[in-house]
Amino acid sequence: MENYFFVDSEHLSPETLAKKHEIEDNPSSRKNHMEYLPGMEIIKSNVCENVMEQIKRFDCSKYTAKDVRAALQHDKCSIEDFKALLSPAAEPFLEQMAEKARIETSKHFGNTVYLFTPLYIANYCENYCVYCGFNCYNHINRMKLSMEQIEKEMQVIADSGMEEILILTGESRVHSDIKYIGESCKLARKYFRMVGLEIYPVNTDEYRYLHECGADYVTVFQETYDTEKYEKLHLLGHKRVWPYRFDAQERALMGGMRGVAFSALLGLSDFRKDALASALHVYYLQRKYPHAEMSLSCPRLRPIVNNEKINPLNVHEKQLCQIICAYRIFLPFVGITVSSRESASFRNGIVKIAATKVSAGVSTGIGDHESKYTGKETDDIQGDEQFEIDDNRSLDTMYKDITDEGLQPVLNDYLYL
Amino acid sequence: MNKDKLIIGGHEFNSRFILGSGKYSMKLIDSAVKDAGAEIITLAVRRANSKEQENILDYIPKGVTLLPNTSGARNADEAVRIARLARELGCGNYVKIEIMRDSKYLLPDNEETIKATEILANDGFVVMPYMYPDLNIARDLVNAGAATIMPLASPIGSNKGLATKEFIQILIDEIDLPIIVDAGIGKPSQACEAMEMGAAAIMANTALATAGNLPLMASAFKNAIEAGRKAYLSGLGRVLTRGGSASDPLTGFLRD
Repeated sequence: MENYFFVDSEHLSPETLAKKHEIEDNPSSRKNHMEYLPGMEIIKSNVCENVMEQIKRFDCSKYTAKDVRAALQHDKCSIEDFKALLSPAAEPFLEQMAEKARIETSKHFGNTVYLFTPLYIANYCENYCVYCGFNCYNHINRMKLSMEQIEKEMQVIADSGMEEILILTGESRVHSDIKYIGESCKLARKYFRMVGLEIYPVNTDEYRYLHECGADYVTVFQETYDTEKYEKLHLLGHKRVWPYRFDAQERALMGGMRGVAFSALLGLSDFRKDALASALHVYYLQRKYPHAEMSLSCPRLRPIVNNEKINPLNVHEKQLCQIICAYRIFLPFVGITVSSRESASFRNGIVKIAATKVSAGVSTGIGDHESKYTGKETDDIQGDEQFEIDDNRSLDTMYKDITDEGLQPVLNDYLYL
Repeated sequence: MNKDKLIIGGHEFNSRFILGSGKYSMKLIDSAVKDAGAEIITLAVRRANSKEQENILDYIPKGVTLLPNTSGARNADEAVRIARLARELGCGNYVKIEIMRDSKYLLPDNEETIKATEILANDGFVVMPYMYPDLNIARDLVNAGAATIMPLASPIGSNKGLATKEFIQILIDEIDLPIIVDAGIGKPSQACEAMEMGAAAIMANTALATAGNLPLMASAFKNAIEAGRKAYLSGLGRVLTRGGSASDPLTGFLRD
């Protein structure tokens, strides 16, 4: 099934191709994905153990309509109730789930919808993750913005009215080191009220440094909690080490970050198990760090440059909606982010039910905000995109659309303390 | 009734309904204030900390007392910094202290709240601490310089009403400051009940924000709070726990 991910670029040398094929075809040529690499901090935590124990026991086919009805009637959603809501048996109850989710959302968030935009500052990557446009064997325009270029991008975004930014890089310590990311955060603090990071996982002291530079929210996608599948999809690089990635949010909180975000990339493996694991990752970490703010994203696979065959498989909009409603009912207090991977109509609908944060004015490319925001032609080199987006509404359009839906767009609800 | 004023920090208020401003559209603030007859409105400093074209401060009607809150603070130090920022932003010297170390239930941290109350009261703020109803803590807050005590009825946003009723009653009976019931009040009847108990005022947000018709619900709360207040002032009639009672007194046979 995963073979449709493999694409051989004509730009690769015969030696590189041979190495690529060896890694793809011969599992024994790959490093043990459960083993830490030198320099990776190991923390004491039972969160992973708790989550994986639940996943092991989860058989979504054993839940029935009766379990779903009971889950919908309960005041408090237990882990068992949540499993029922994620199961195929809950699909006929989608409308009731949406109604319950909407009530929970309004209790905790009223009618507010938060807005943010991502800023990719570099797309160099040392990993070979077969579904990702930035993977090291994919022939794309690579780029790393200089501080001047970053500042220019930030000015353009800030001029559009945006107050929250999420800084992203490809996963390359060589090209995008911690200092480089830290300096970007310091710049971002000048232009934005809230600065989030979505970068390669780092150690606690590095998170602490980045927090001191102005970042206060860390997003790490686990991609899939199915470790065997993870091994087959992340063939090379630091990202291959699954447990180091799992503990990233906890290290970020230990480093002083206010909040952390989680996600599986739905469609990589059994999406119901991945949804269960993502939510339990939040659940157990919240019990350990009750002060922390937590949020869930729910991305589905998207086509990438040089491979348009990539798609979210059996996770259709109905299933995605089911997962998001189940997230909301199980974890009424967490933020739920729906990115521009999804269509405008889906996002308009889901913010009325459960989503509390959406992106706007999005580019997943490097250094192209001026041309995208102002339509101005530029001779500057631009880096290729990580994946194709679906909803390309600007901040102004998004702001208006949310208001027209009777909701309240919020650009900032945050203080850096 | 006209002489029945709510006095906080030396200021007199006619209304005993404190309105929240989060969770609903800013355009509704004006009508909510009018229909609620509110004279005090809370706002989160972190929401006001915006360059947004639609800053929430622009939507607060003139003449209404702003009550900035410190939501987002996880300890006393952060609450103090937020309160000072509020003053710099021109929000006046009232402050509602909210300190939470729990993102799930948003329950207040009473110990940190005492520390922040003392620092801010000494700094000239009119301090209104949000707290979990505990008599000893309430006394400490009085000693720390609080202007009112704001115990929670049930968890914020839950609309579950007076889950802590017995403990709020103890505060009303034992504390000489105005007791303002904050958080968890979901219906006008619950607000009325708290006022009948002798609460000095009610603070509500989610109950209005999640109502079908916000201005109408604001006006329902206004009436309920006024009714509860009148009932309290008039001295409530007795409530029997069981059965009836002979109208002839049992001791009627006793001679002078």
